[in-house]
Amino acid sequence: MTPLTPRERLIVTIARLLDGVRHVAVGASSPMPAAASMLLRAQKLAAGAPVPKISILGSVRHNFFTNGGVELFDCAGQGRIDAFFLGGGQIDGAGNVNLVGAGEYPRSTVRWPGSFGSAYLYYVVPRVILFREEHTPRVFVEKVDFISAPGASPPEVQRSGGPYALLTSLGLFQFDKQRRRFRLVSLHPGHTLEEVTAATGFAFDVAPELGETLGADAATLDTLRGPVLDELAETYPAFAADWRASIA
Amino acid sequence: MAPDVTLDDIAAAVHDGCTLAIPVDYAGVAMALTAPLIRRAPRNLHLVCVPTGGMQADLLIGAGLVGTVETSAVSLGEAGGAPCFNRAVRAGSIRLRESTCPAVHAGLLAAQKGVPFVPMRGLIGSDVAANRPDWRVIQNPFADSADPIVAIPAIHPDVAIFHAPLADRDGNVWIGRRRELAAMAYASRRTFVTVETIIAESLFEDETVAAGVLPALYVEAVVQVPNGARPYGLWGKYPPQTDTVIRYARAARTPEGFEAYLADYLAGRCP
Repeated sequence: MTPLTPRERLIVTIARLLDGVRHVAVGASSPMPAAASMLLRAQKLAAGAPVPKISILGSVRHNFFTNGGVELFDCAGQGRIDAFFLGGGQIDGAGNVNLVGAGEYPRSTVRWPGSFGSAYLYYVVPRVILFREEHTPRVFVEKVDFISAPGASPPEVQRSGGPYALLTSLGLFQFDKQRRRFRLVSLHPGHTLEEVTAATGFAFDVAPELGETLGADAATLDTLRGPVLDELAETYPAFAADWRASIA
Repeated sequence: MAPDVTLDDIAAAVHDGCTLAIPVDYAGVAMALTAPLIRRAPRNLHLVCVPTGGMQADLLIGAGLVGTVETSAVSLGEAGGAPCFNRAVRAGSIRLRESTCPAVHAGLLAAQKGVPFVPMRGLIGSDVAANRPDWRVIQNPFADSADPIVAIPAIHPDVAIFHAPLADRDGNVWIGRRRELAAMAYASRRTFVTVETIIAESLFEDETVAAGVLPALYVEAVVQVPNGARPYGLWGKYPPQTDTVIRYARAARTPEGFEAYLADYLAGRCP
């Protein structure tokens, strides 16, 4: 059997970060977070544990909202969504995310689509997982050019949510709410601290027990490549086909 | 309901400076109105994307109809960035009212309720809020300690347009669970709808169906346009034609490419 691929390692890592959530929401074009959510659900089901609800935006099959596009946000505001994912064109060391553009706003030299729901969800979803595969100084900057949503807020601002972890193609960081900084907790196999430091435009802490990002046991890999991949193909056919080819 | 209304009549209702509300890609975009609108060419439109814009917004921007875009994003989804929007941003040729999805919904909700604003969590400390002087941070009047919250003013579009699967002859429109379409209609002065099918029997006959109906009270006119959302999909009816959107994205990368595409588009040579 093909050993765990880097992509699969990211998926199982996200599934670990989601452990314990009751309801996870996944953005429209986020196949890996969707796969991770489905993996977690399959694992919980097999263990006879409570199963997380998964809402995939834009999907008909994996979306049980009946009150239009606003319901996701209402649901999050009510505290009914425990985890969500954000990417971003830029992310800085204070956990600020920029989905709007590089350069001076409003005439951004590089314009991205826009903030979508981030300027709200980042404040009200307890476990926001920042997921950006491209790990370069262009993405991980010292200070974002536009704050779609800030990583932290002054104490008087009511806020139940915020950054929880940052996962990239090189490693996994956790966000330290007190220090308002990221802490590198593990490196993916084949990558070094020096490499991560060179590719990161902001300063970060390093966990004393910095180790290798965990892989998956045989049972997890079976679940991932079996029922999860089949289920994912219904919503993300192109991604699933590519994944299937990578492990053939 | 007004009888014998055409797409051109609806386009004519969109006047210079009109605040025009359009829905997100997957909610039912009245794409068939795009070409009539561009031919009619009202100027300086204030586009309200509910809550994000796609190919329709990009075409209207590229054709020079839009002065202001109020949105939480403009994107072609899988086909990538919205080329005309991005160009207009770089050129500074459109005013941006940068928003976030729930703030667009909040503004429409305020209008729906006939109240001046709706308060909303989040936003404080973001550059989204910093660039919206029309939003106000207020103190929660019910809190004993400091509790800042953002007041989002009502959004009152002049015109809303969208596409839905079904209407009856009385002008009642079936929107199912796409409730943002109702929110748009409640908030807007005039709402025009294109539909796949118009049926003779009233949508209120069956209580199960009636729960998903936007009453004619809020709808000025309905025009039957089969496949009226294409190349976007229509929930429960047909999927999006992603290849067509990708073709548009490629063509519109340059102003010349966009002009050529637009000429074909207006001539009915691309969907």
